[in-house]
Amino acid sequence: MTALREDFKEILRLVRPNTRVLDVGCGEGDLLELLTQEKGVDGQGLEISPSGVAACLAKGIAAVQGDGDRDLDHFPTQAFDYAILSKTLQQMREPRHVLTELMRIADRALVSVPNFGHWRMRWALLTQGRMPETKALPDPWWSTPNIHLCTLRDFTTLCAELGLRIEACAAVSPDQPARNIDPARPIENWRAETALFLLTRERPRPPAPERTTTGDLFD
Amino acid sequence: MSQTVIESPAIETNGGTLRLPADAPLRLDSGATLAPLEIAYKTYGRLNAERSNAVLVCHALTGDQHAASVHPITGKPGWWNRVIGPGLPLDPDRYFIICTNVVGGCMGSTGPSSIDPATGKPFGLTFPVITIADMVRAQAMLLDALGIETLFAAVGGSMGGMQVLQWAADYPHRLHSAVCIAAAARHSAQNIAFHEVGRQAIMADPDWRGGAYEAHGVRPEKGLAVARMAAHITYLSEAALQRKFGRELQRDGLSWGFDAPDFQVESYLRYQGASFVDRFDANSYLYITRALDYFDLAASHGGVLANAFRRARDVRFCVLSFSSDWLYSTGESRDIVRALNAAGCRASFVEIETDKGHDAIFLEEPVLHSALRGFFESQASRRGLA
Repeated sequence: MTALREDFKEILRLVRPNTRVLDVGCGEGDLLELLTQEKGVDGQGLEISPSGVAACLAKGIAAVQGDGDRDLDHFPTQAFDYAILSKTLQQMREPRHVLTELMRIADRALVSVPNFGHWRMRWALLTQGRMPETKALPDPWWSTPNIHLCTLRDFTTLCAELGLRIEACAAVSPDQPARNIDPARPIENWRAETALFLLTRERPRPPAPERTTTGDLFD
Repeated sequence: MSQTVIESPAIETNGGTLRLPADAPLRLDSGATLAPLEIAYKTYGRLNAERSNAVLVCHALTGDQHAASVHPITGKPGWWNRVIGPGLPLDPDRYFIICTNVVGGCMGSTGPSSIDPATGKPFGLTFPVITIADMVRAQAMLLDALGIETLFAAVGGSMGGMQVLQWAADYPHRLHSAVCIAAAARHSAQNIAFHEVGRQAIMADPDWRGGAYEAHGVRPEKGLAVARMAAHITYLSEAALQRKFGRELQRDGLSWGFDAPDFQVESYLRYQGASFVDRFDANSYLYITRALDYFDLAASHGGVLANAFRRARDVRFCVLSFSSDWLYSTGESRDIVRALNAAGCRASFVEIETDKGHDAIFLEEPVLHSALRGFFESQASRRGLA
């Protein structure tokens, strides 16, 4: 087996043992297999490609062939402890709806999003004036499956609008150890290539402390 | 016994006919009862000491109990010999595999060609109308007699898949896992329409004699053959028919008449029809197609399919469909999966890419077999089977 992906390691760290996990866009089930072996989770995958689902079944991972945009509606409320959406949100037709559905189906969501605010993106756009092609987002604009890219700040703003609380956030990449970050800090919107969020539904809480910063570059 | 030569010596095959006494009737959905009841079955492999390795394989409309043994009439290998056998997904070394002939069938279980004890004559059309739930109830009675409380799995394709769904609805506590292949939770108008064509073909045959053909020493072979021909088209995809036959002719040039088949596809269908009548009873065909047409699992659960599965949350499901199957299309399987999810059941589902149509259940289909293998492996370890 190849070395464990660093983003998988972080998910593995965050998921409590013996819980029910839904992995949306589970691919060939590598993450669910890992979670099953290491954490004894009761896993279920949702995957759009038939070959991915067939690979899951061959591994003994329960998986349903389906579309995250369409099929989440059919899952019952609070059926899972965790819903995982790994670098897939930006490929959804309706990311806002998907996020809402995830938080209905599961108590917690683990969502990772590539950060379009990363300095490499800004640099490519600034200097070349073209859509950036990076390690995290390698496809040219005309063939990318990513139709709803966002920055770290865009994502945290949406979470706030949807009443979602960010319990934990880490900057992740496949080959570097995860780094816990405060997604509200503008600097992270520059330097986090991909961010992994642990989200819960917002509970009633005292008014938020005064924000020291509200902007990004021109604060 | 020529069949022992062809049969794999590695498979321990048993079976027979369970005869239930008159005081243990099968209560039917129609309100009628059936007694005494006979259920013909075959078993492959051996029941383990814990009685935890039993697998019920449910057959399709024209199938029977000979899932992995040579058919006594046709001499052909079992209809699921690509799935059941040494080294295959359902290995008799590991599982105790049971396959019953459904009630209403014609291979030894009580059906319209059985003798009605009240008259001493074959039932014919006096046989009560049966349902998929009745078939399943009879299977449960057989398991009781065999001393099997819980099935490791119920597995089936087409009508067999419908029986599996019915098992999950009616006996969820007796089921560890369930595999439903190329089936539907209800018969559509199109499904019913094709069956009606088949039934009308049988009943239009002068030899049908109002269903009492046996008393007249005849059989409605022409009608049954036409029914089979029409149904057989629905089992194949357009692409498969085209690939197999195209417009190929039987001989050089057209015949400019109707005596002999011009096209190879005609000849193929005629062969399918003619060979079918040797092994199948026309009245059984009427009764079993009726049972299929009456099948609507949601309707019998308040109109909500998910309600049928609410008690089956501990059952692990695997639902499979074929991309080119237009008889029970992927949409039907998807409806089942959505209902399972809505009921809080754990389900796997994949649409297998193939151009072989509905018939792919019985054919060489590597993705089907690897999916079945993976599912059974994971369920066996969850169940603690060696």
